[in-house]
Amino acid sequence: MSMAGKSEPIIEVEGLMTAFGDHVIHENLDLTVNRGEVIGIVGGSGTGKSVLLRTILGLKQPDAGRIRVFGIDLAELPEEERRLHERRWGVLFQDGALFSALTVAENIQVPYREHLHLSPELMDELAAIKIAMVGLRPTAGALYPSELSGGMRKRAGLARALALDPEILFLDEPTAGLDPIGAAAFDDLINELKEALGLTVFLVTHDLDTLHATCDRIAVLAEKHVILVGTIDDMLRSDHPWIHEYFHGPRARAALAGK
Amino acid sequence: MLRVEALGDWRIAALSAVDGELRALAGRKIEAERAVIDFSGITRFDTSSAAVLDRTARLLEEKGLRVEFEGASDAQRRLLDKVDACDTPDRPKSPPVPFYIEIVDRIGATMRDMGEEARGMLGFVGAVVSAIGRTVANPRRFRFVPFVHHMEKSGFDALPLVCLLTFLIGAVVAQQGAVQLRQFGAEVFTVNLIAIIFLREVGLLLTAIIVAGRSGSAFTAEIGSMKMREEIDAMRALGLDPMDMLVIPRVMALTVTLPLLTFIADLMGLLGGGVVVFFMLDMSPGVYLTRVQEAVDFWTVAVGLIKAPFMAAVIALVGCRAGLSVTGSAESVGAMTTRSVVRSIFLVIILDALFAMFFTAVGI
Repeated sequence: MSMAGKSEPIIEVEGLMTAFGDHVIHENLDLTVNRGEVIGIVGGSGTGKSVLLRTILGLKQPDAGRIRVFGIDLAELPEEERRLHERRWGVLFQDGALFSALTVAENIQVPYREHLHLSPELMDELAAIKIAMVGLRPTAGALYPSELSGGMRKRAGLARALALDPEILFLDEPTAGLDPIGAAAFDDLINELKEALGLTVFLVTHDLDTLHATCDRIAVLAEKHVILVGTIDDMLRSDHPWIHEYFHGPRARAALAGK
Repeated sequence: MLRVEALGDWRIAALSAVDGELRALAGRKIEAERAVIDFSGITRFDTSSAAVLDRTARLLEEKGLRVEFEGASDAQRRLLDKVDACDTPDRPKSPPVPFYIEIVDRIGATMRDMGEEARGMLGFVGAVVSAIGRTVANPRRFRFVPFVHHMEKSGFDALPLVCLLTFLIGAVVAQQGAVQLRQFGAEVFTVNLIAIIFLREVGLLLTAIIVAGRSGSAFTAEIGSMKMREEIDAMRALGLDPMDMLVIPRVMALTVTLPLLTFIADLMGLLGGGVVVFFMLDMSPGVYLTRVQEAVDFWTVAVGLIKAPFMAAVIALVGCRAGLSVTGSAESVGAMTTRSVVRSIFLVIILDALFAMFFTAVGI
């Protein structure tokens, strides 16, 4: 875990450029995430927050620039070795992306079955613990994704992301579509897991409450690159028009007052 | 005193090796009052190993031992606490059902499903008929563009496949028929064989089966994925009737195109037969056509074509209904598509048998 002044970078993005055809999403984007911190990525719709996340995960090829995770440029590794490192992160996609043909418990066990040799009892036991850890009822394990509410799907997706005790947790809009109580509970959950598991969390969000409640640092995406990285106080002091609007708008004041 | 020393890398990948031993340990008879689990040798630790050690400690405590964690770091203690709080009591598992009960149970469930399915299908047919009635009463409800679109997709686009297959089957039937009939010196009747068999039965059956596989499955998959992505609900919420938008155009399009396809299939079958007859029996095309005309009367052709719209309706109805019965998962789209094809081919053949009985009874 990171101490003040002694921070070890876990994700390093340098000079990233991504584009869909002629449409350039990122240009000259630099970002460093340190081990043990929760970093929030904010930006207007269409500024490429999710694309950045997908590019770091290797789901989209960058057109230029370097991305190093765990100090390694994963794109240069052979397939086999990359797989080994990919097990060291967990991802929660926007709507959970659970496998619809499997129950929640089976979804959580997918990485166990694929990557490890564990006895069925141990897998059941571990799945039950992950289910409890993300705040689902024990009965949820036997349900199929189509039988879950949106909030439960996100929690189940989080349980699957945590299955292998990842070092980095990527969350794509984890609180979008949740009611305020559910969203607040999710924020607490992220803090709690970060404390207990020493996670690094890469959080893409629009939710100002989540930013206040969980993030150590915030990176603002605009004009195709990261225009500012800093704490919430840095954001409040910035006079960049978009950042000012975002962190001083009516919703931001409400979130701030709620603190 | 019982002492458990944990050493080295205790992450999940290494757990299967120690899990069995720890379970065995907790299951043994132990003559001690105190157990110590020593954490100081652990280099790497995670939730899963915390879960296993926590469970071991709990099992030992149930045997009346006092369990202490020695040398655990703050982070390790936090994990242990977290896991301990998450531990859920094992629910008693229901005893396994004996296989003979399970077989009976499955047969019963299948029968019940079939009964429900039959009722559902009947209801669906009723709903479609009443929707067609509404459309007739108010023709402006009819969606002309999707109707034409589906005629093109399930009719026109199927032409190459239908033509090729019926041409080949026609040729094969003629060749086999000629070989057998030659034994009686009756090879000229090969023409009657091809003409009757194709115009009455095979042309239609082949076409219907091809269309069931091509278009019935497409209907199910299209409507099914729309259902899965809540597009059907969106239509209802916008005040649009999925019956009008999706089902009626497909049913009508197939009902119109299958007889047309069948007619072309008949011609191609006769052509395939004619080519074989030309080469095997040296019968000129002119003679072939005259003999076909002699062998066939109006009702031979009519019997084949009358059946076509009914089979088309069955294929389209089964396909659309299967699509609308899709539930949330991607797997269910696949299952429903399979079911729709199997069921429509099955019903097409049953229907053909019923028509055969009917036509025999009325003497055609």
